[in-house]
Amino acid sequence: MGFEKFLFYLFAAILVFAALRVITVRNPVHAALFLVLAFFNSAVLWLLLEAEFLAIVLVLVYVGAVMVLFLFVVMMLDVNVAPMREGFIHYLPVGIVIGLIMVLEMGLVVGSDFFDADHFAAVAAHPADFSDTKELGGLLYTQYVLPFELAAVILLVAIVAAISLTLRRRPGTKHQAPAQQVLVRSQDRVRLVQVDSEEKQ
Amino acid sequence: MDFQVPDFSLVLPELFLLGMACLLLLVDVFIDDAHRRVSFRIAQGTLLGTALLTYMQMGGPEQIGFSGTFVRDDMGSVLKIAVLLATATGFLYARDYLRDRNLFRGEYYVLGLFAVLGMMVMVSAGSLLTIYLGLELLSLCLYALVAFDRESGTSAESAMKYFVLGALASGMLLYGISMIYGATGSIDLETIRAAIGERDAGNLVLVFGLVFLVVGVAFKLGAVPFHMWIPDVYQGAPTSVTLFVGSAPKLAAFALAMRLLVDGLENLQADWQQMLIVLSVLSMGLGNLLAIAQTNIKRMLAYSTIANVGFLLLGLLAGTPEGYAAAMFYTITYVIMVCGAFGVVIYLSQAGIEADSLDDFKGLNKRNPWLAVLMLLVMFSTAGIPPLVGFYAKLAVLKAIIDVGLVWLAVAAVVFSIIGAFYYLRIVKLMYFDDPTSDAEIEGSLDTRVVLSANGLAVAVLGILPGWLLGICAAAIG
Repeated sequence: MGFEKFLFYLFAAILVFAALRVITVRNPVHAALFLVLAFFNSAVLWLLLEAEFLAIVLVLVYVGAVMVLFLFVVMMLDVNVAPMREGFIHYLPVGIVIGLIMVLEMGLVVGSDFFDADHFAAVAAHPADFSDTKELGGLLYTQYVLPFELAAVILLVAIVAAISLTLRRRPGTKHQAPAQQVLVRSQDRVRLVQVDSEEKQ
Repeated sequence: MDFQVPDFSLVLPELFLLGMACLLLLVDVFIDDAHRRVSFRIAQGTLLGTALLTYMQMGGPEQIGFSGTFVRDDMGSVLKIAVLLATATGFLYARDYLRDRNLFRGEYYVLGLFAVLGMMVMVSAGSLLTIYLGLELLSLCLYALVAFDRESGTSAESAMKYFVLGALASGMLLYGISMIYGATGSIDLETIRAAIGERDAGNLVLVFGLVFLVVGVAFKLGAVPFHMWIPDVYQGAPTSVTLFVGSAPKLAAFALAMRLLVDGLENLQADWQQMLIVLSVLSMGLGNLLAIAQTNIKRMLAYSTIANVGFLLLGLLAGTPEGYAAAMFYTITYVIMVCGAFGVVIYLSQAGIEADSLDDFKGLNKRNPWLAVLMLLVMFSTAGIPPLVGFYAKLAVLKAIIDVGLVWLAVAAVVFSIIGAFYYLRIVKLMYFDDPTSDAEIEGSLDTRVVLSANGLAVAVLGILPGWLLGICAAAIG
């Protein structure tokens, strides 16, 4: 077993372990942290595939941005998981049977000799100055320009949907309206009333 | 690097739609609630303009562009025009309903237009990647639209259910795609088709991937046992959104099945035929039986949708061009009927009243005879009573499966249709033979009345002269 293969199995094992822990630990913060570990290990697997750019983006975007945000939300929400686990025992036997069948089927398919390494030509080694970032950029803006733009539209829709579902102007809240404050005129504020003085009796 | 600039004229309708949707997003910010009709008009103009552009593209041989990720053919163009017209009709029916319920906001139309863009991309997809992106674009918009009524708890609940189950289905679809990619080494539908032709049909990895793809398609269509979301979403969403979810996306889901199963994996037809037979029989059986027990018309129509999806799958599983054309005809006519049925439900729902119970249809003939006639036409057609269009749709599908020797399946379909006729005829009985529970005036604007009448009459006219649409479908598939 070569060193590369050893590394692959090591990180793959940690990845599977971390993914399992994400759904089994009781504390949601721990679950989020295990997800971070899972992302890190998949990034390492990508590094082994010589996809350096994707590996770094995975760490930067998912671990650096998405998961940090996730952690903040999880910490602030104070989710009580106990009620969500109700009925877990009740559904467990059915779940185990179905899960076992699926694992067995997947094992049969993935373990079949169809995916044997000798069926596939080895990936040609790249020269030292090969830039996969450049290759990726080239493909994204030429061959995959349509899916790329569609992904952008999906992000736009996500923004529109999120804002339309959450932004609301409640009537009766006492918030400031700066535009109206600026536009106000002195005669709107002060009203001079002529009051006749009265004689003391 | 050899690279040719893609032919952008292929995606002209999509580009126009995207541009107008972004324009609407901007314009809507600057108009106040009193002028919200402007947003509605822009949306309708966009849909009709896109339909016109799509129509101008029609004819000629299949064109493939954008490095194989986009396909323009006549089947796509016909389905796109149907999607656009169904959406425009739905928007029109929904306008007064939304205004009465304080939901008349520009985002409704923006999300609607983006959903239509997603459907058009799905219809024209040439690779698994485009199919998936179109599907996600459509689904995201639909999740948000179902939850559009923020005051309503049931809306939020059904949207949540739809979102979770939809995400699961997307995951299944992606897993299937990864298996197909593993077996064929490509995500391009044409390359996949060629790669499978060389191998034996019973390849374990391919069939395994196929199972997951069929699950994804069945979820989007709403076939049993992946139908759980349909009744809840139909009932929980505002009726205008139910109309939208129930009409145009069915056309897109049909296109999804055609692109995946027929364009990409036709050589595995023997495998997916068996899966579709199971889905189809279960859908027709469960859909028709459970629809009988419903007292809410939206829920009843949801189970009716499930039953009709079973029928639609019959045409697909025949695996012949005639079968595909019959399924396409069935889908288009079914969408016309859904628009009509929900159009009447929306029309009945006046300000402050939600006419979603079967009892609201009692004595409709005495309150508004013309509306009762329209509903009668739609219900008779959905039940498959000649000479309305639903009869020809069922006939064409049954003929296609008898031609491939599946007589027992045709018999089962007929038996389930007869069971299903009960609950359609019950609506007619309620409208004509029961006394009205309320005598409130049923009002609606002139344009809604005109289009609703045209919609109802289309069911009858297409039934008497089905040759035109049947011819279009046959030509588009062939």
